[in-house]
Amino acid sequence: MLLRAALVALLGALVLRPGWFVWAFAPFAPEGGPVIYERTTLLSLSLSHLGLVVLASGAATLVAVTLAILVTRPAGAAFRPLSRTITNVGQTFPPVAVLALAVPALGFGAGPTLVALFLYGLLPIFENAITGLSTLPPATMEAARGIGLNRWQRLLRVELPLAMPVILTGIRLSVVIALGTATIGSTVAAKTLGEVIIAGLLTNNTAYVLQGGLIVGLFAVLIYDALVQLETRLSRRLGTV
Amino acid sequence: MIEIDKISKLYDGVAAVDAVSMIVETATITVIVGTSGSGKTTLLRMINRLIEPSSGEVRINGEPTGTLPKHVLRRRIGYAIQGHGLFPHHTVARNIGAVPELLRWPPEKIRARVDELLDLFSMEPAQFRDRFPGELSGGQQQRVGVARALASRPDLLLMDEPFGALDPIIRARAQQDLRRIQRALGSTIMLVTHDIEEAIHLGDRVAVMDEGRLVQHGTPAEIIRQPATEFVAEMVGGVDRPLRLLSLVPVSEIVVDGPAEGEPLDADTNLRDALSTCLWSGRDALPVVRDGVPLGRVTLDAIRARAEGPR
Repeated sequence: MLLRAALVALLGALVLRPGWFVWAFAPFAPEGGPVIYERTTLLSLSLSHLGLVVLASGAATLVAVTLAILVTRPAGAAFRPLSRTITNVGQTFPPVAVLALAVPALGFGAGPTLVALFLYGLLPIFENAITGLSTLPPATMEAARGIGLNRWQRLLRVELPLAMPVILTGIRLSVVIALGTATIGSTVAAKTLGEVIIAGLLTNNTAYVLQGGLIVGLFAVLIYDALVQLETRLSRRLGTV
Repeated sequence: MIEIDKISKLYDGVAAVDAVSMIVETATITVIVGTSGSGKTTLLRMINRLIEPSSGEVRINGEPTGTLPKHVLRRRIGYAIQGHGLFPHHTVARNIGAVPELLRWPPEKIRARVDELLDLFSMEPAQFRDRFPGELSGGQQQRVGVARALASRPDLLLMDEPFGALDPIIRARAQQDLRRIQRALGSTIMLVTHDIEEAIHLGDRVAVMDEGRLVQHGTPAEIIRQPATEFVAEMVGGVDRPLRLLSLVPVSEIVVDGPAEGEPLDADTNLRDALSTCLWSGRDALPVVRDGVPLGRVTLDAIRARAEGPR
């Protein structure tokens, strides 16, 4: 708990008051070169980075969960292998390749990054949603039908809530992957924290690389932790932990 | 009244349930008993159309079940199953109130009904209302499952091996509770079990299924005394038959005037337990009381006479 608060404070300070850390990063900066990245504020980079991740993961969640719901219905079962193949391809295709291919179509900026993060995020959510929706307790499902819940009510009141912890695990994996992967979006001019890292690499400024890396890393650790806690809380309520 | 009219279910041309007809009177318990694969569960599940019959019809108070949308029909029929099937993410109150909620009862009315049912099942409402099923014992979960099935005062309550997952002591209590609550509410219940003991103990009527057919339908005493087929005879158990017969009769039926020594029996005790007491305490007669008032005595000879099968 204390560690968590300390990490949040450290992250906040790094993003909002980078000037405080000159002493720490100075040894890594080139002789006489800048220590703190100042071309854009780290806050606006962080917000835009997180924004991209939220947008891409949100869209991936929506599509993956919808797809999982469809293929776990009796009528959609036939499409299960096909949809698995499609989401698998999304995962196998390297994000860098997606970026490269998307640029001609979408131009430089946030567009290609969104597409890459979206495709990359589909598979974990989809696989987990299918697992969650197809391993529900049979007695509960039988009772839900038997007491007169119609299809929609069963889905919304029983199936999705019960599958939620497993789906959340998929979302967590996907979000953490997206947080890291978003940095390479800056190679095609998306505004992300990757900008700091790339600037550092181009100018041989390890201080920049460390700053960017540290902030992205802290975001990933803290968001991961928050989602784990949410899952645990949900599972405990379901009596499965 | 529930009328089951020549109902059949075919799987690949093979009848799982073969033209079963039966009438279930209002406010009685009918127990459907049979081995696994006898079609008893299929028969039960055709009544609320969890399985669609291949042919035949079920009428509840004269109204054919085929005319209603399935989920609407099911809200009128209580359903309790083995392993309770409670919603683990809902509180006890929300579980019990599930069907009234679907029927759009006002919240105050649902709350009052939930408390009433918890009371009926000897579970303190203030203590249990807001718990989750995972926090209850097996016996309590099962009671909540039955309470949920009864919540909307359904025309009919279907129970599929409801006590199957309970240990023997808790099961005996659950059976007593069901009997008591059924009498109090006047519910009509159809219950499926593979346990003939449970069937004889709970049923006003017992329906024996074998290979998809209804082979006998009658009172427990009829089933034991005059089994219709070899299978029924085997089911009601060779050596235990006299004892099962005795378990159906309360001592009040054969009590006679006269003195007897020792600890008295209550008039509602069944003859099997009375016999057991005679043998254990080495007495030939036992005093019988009702609410503490002496009624007379019951003799070992009289008990023996009731245990005799047809010669």
